[in-house]
Amino acid sequence: MTQTYQAQVYVTLRPSVLDPAGTAAQSGLAQLGFEGVDRLRIGKYIELTVEAADEAAASEQLDAMCDRLLANTTIENYRFELTAIDPAGAAS
Amino acid sequence: MSSLKFGVIVFPGSNCSRDVAYVTRDRLDADTRMVWHRDTDIADLDAIVIPGGFSYGDYLRCGAIAQFSPVMRAVVEHANSGKPVLGICNGFQILTEVGLLPGALIRNRDLHFICETVSLSVERRDLFWTQGYGSGAGAIAVPIAHGEGRYYADADTLARLEDENGVVFRYCDADGNVSPEANPNGSLGNIAGICNTTGNVVGMMPHPERASDVALGSEDGLAMFSGAIAALV
Repeated sequence: MTQTYQAQVYVTLRPSVLDPAGTAAQSGLAQLGFEGVDRLRIGKYIELTVEAADEAAASEQLDAMCDRLLANTTIENYRFELTAIDPAGAAS
Repeated sequence: MSSLKFGVIVFPGSNCSRDVAYVTRDRLDADTRMVWHRDTDIADLDAIVIPGGFSYGDYLRCGAIAQFSPVMRAVVEHANSGKPVLGICNGFQILTEVGLLPGALIRNRDLHFICETVSLSVERRDLFWTQGYGSGAGAIAVPIAHGEGRYYADADTLARLEDENGVVFRYCDADGNVSPEANPNGSLGNIAGICNTTGNVVGMMPHPERASDVALGSEDGLAMFSGAIAALV
């Protein structure tokens, strides 16, 4: 019996990597009059569902997916959250 | 016909493949085969060129999807057996994604897509791909055309790359001075092109194929292809 998990994956630039798009968006916010905005960084949000025996197995699969394709660990970090759902899509 | 046979990899979204073939096949009279991304047999080929473009739409990251295409498995084997592979622009991005070259190419420092002719200092003239530059000195003029060509690697990787003389091209001024002002995109160490430890795999953001005909304003890129052919004769 497998369980379906909803995965929410966050891919962010490593702190040491310059983010010119983030800098540009931050200056855009300043232009709009938002004050005190700092450290704006732009990343990616990926969602998917995956079937696995249990949460540990799902977590292992997500790590492999992120390491091999979803993130480039030379320049990016990733983290993900898993939620058990029924196959129709609602949280169980 | 020279006996050196080139293969030019064609992904959906490659747009410099025919430019490369024009140089090797039409200008230099070398046997050249276009290799579709689904092909897996490249055993007949001596030198592989992964051209520029936007393979698979550059979805996710530049080169991220291309690295898993069927042909890339064969290209990795080709490279690991010591045979020459050249990645130009998007091809360079693919070579870093697939792990044949260290580091990554990220968004240009100033966000612009840069399309202009730049000067390059040739740091390695002893490689299969650069032997055509011989013992010559001075900068070469070759165009760049990219939005994500800023070379990045972590400090350890960068130090190792420099220690092993892995930097093949650096952005410089017309007199050959490598300076911050001559760095178009913010690449670390002004790096425009690198090689692997064995030197058979080279990746570069500039487009030598676009500087291989006087009609295009420069022939400085031609030696990348003609040097290898001449060496074999």
